[in-house]
Amino acid sequence: MNFQTAVFYVFAAILVFAALRVVIVRNPVHAALWLVLCFFTAAAVWLLLKAEFLAIALVLVYVGAVMVLFLFVVMMLDINFDNLRKNFKNYIPLGAIVGALVLIEMALVIIVSGVARSTAVPMVQASNTQALGRLLYVDYVYPFEVAAVVLLVAIVAAIALTHRKPRGAKYQDAGAQVKVKRADRVRLVNVPPETRE
Amino acid sequence: MASLIAPTLAHYLVLGAILFAISMAGIFLNRKNVIILLMAIELMLLAVNLNFIAFSSYLGDMNGQVFVFFILTVAAAESAIGLAILVLLFRNAGSIDVEDMGKLKG
Repeated sequence: MNFQTAVFYVFAAILVFAALRVVIVRNPVHAALWLVLCFFTAAAVWLLLKAEFLAIALVLVYVGAVMVLFLFVVMMLDINFDNLRKNFKNYIPLGAIVGALVLIEMALVIIVSGVARSTAVPMVQASNTQALGRLLYVDYVYPFEVAAVVLLVAIVAAIALTHRKPRGAKYQDAGAQVKVKRADRVRLVNVPPETRE
Repeated sequence: MASLIAPTLAHYLVLGAILFAISMAGIFLNRKNVIILLMAIELMLLAVNLNFIAFSSYLGDMNGQVFVFFILTVAAAESAIGLAILVLLFRNAGSIDVEDMGKLKG
């Protein structure tokens, strides 16, 4: 067997096993860690496909940022996870059937379309990063900037959703201070004079 | 000698299909737990990206990899906002059961 094919099968086996564990494992922290393994292995498979830049980006962005975020959230929330798995066994047949159907449909497409018989070889360019960068900054400048705005919106939305004012904190409201009227502060009381009996 | 060949496009496509099917089944299995649902969606996007990169590499067209770049961007934004909504849901409902989201209906 070709060495590259052997490496592919090793990574594919690890990837499928880790993906299965993500789905069936009981503890969400373990699921997140299995997902990290998934991303690492997928990055290795992408390296086999000679997409170095995206493989490194996957490790940096997903393992470094997104999965850490997942772990933070899972660990911060105090949740009884056994409650959430009450009907897990009931859904196994349905899940298996749907998964198998999707797999069969995709396999049919691959077999019928003749992709399986093609013997094309991966294109090798001098520098994947250079080629990608040239495409990104020349042909796709506008979508690239839109993507930056999308990320900005995501930052603002995430902060706006989860931020809350500290409870019981005292702070000045300058607008209310300026708007105040004399009547809000001073009350004139008409006290009748006392008369000695 | 079929076994002497390097991995073909079909190898990668089948791997992507298996990943997609696993995450699809995972959505059905963990339909109460929002965190695992988000993880399954991430897995799905990974499978789609694998297909994009496989086609891009075998057809010699770099545009596929640019598309994967944008998918990664949008997926990162999506998971950040999804987790923020999850935290908000937990604060207000006290659990992350999908069925508690029924309270959202106006």
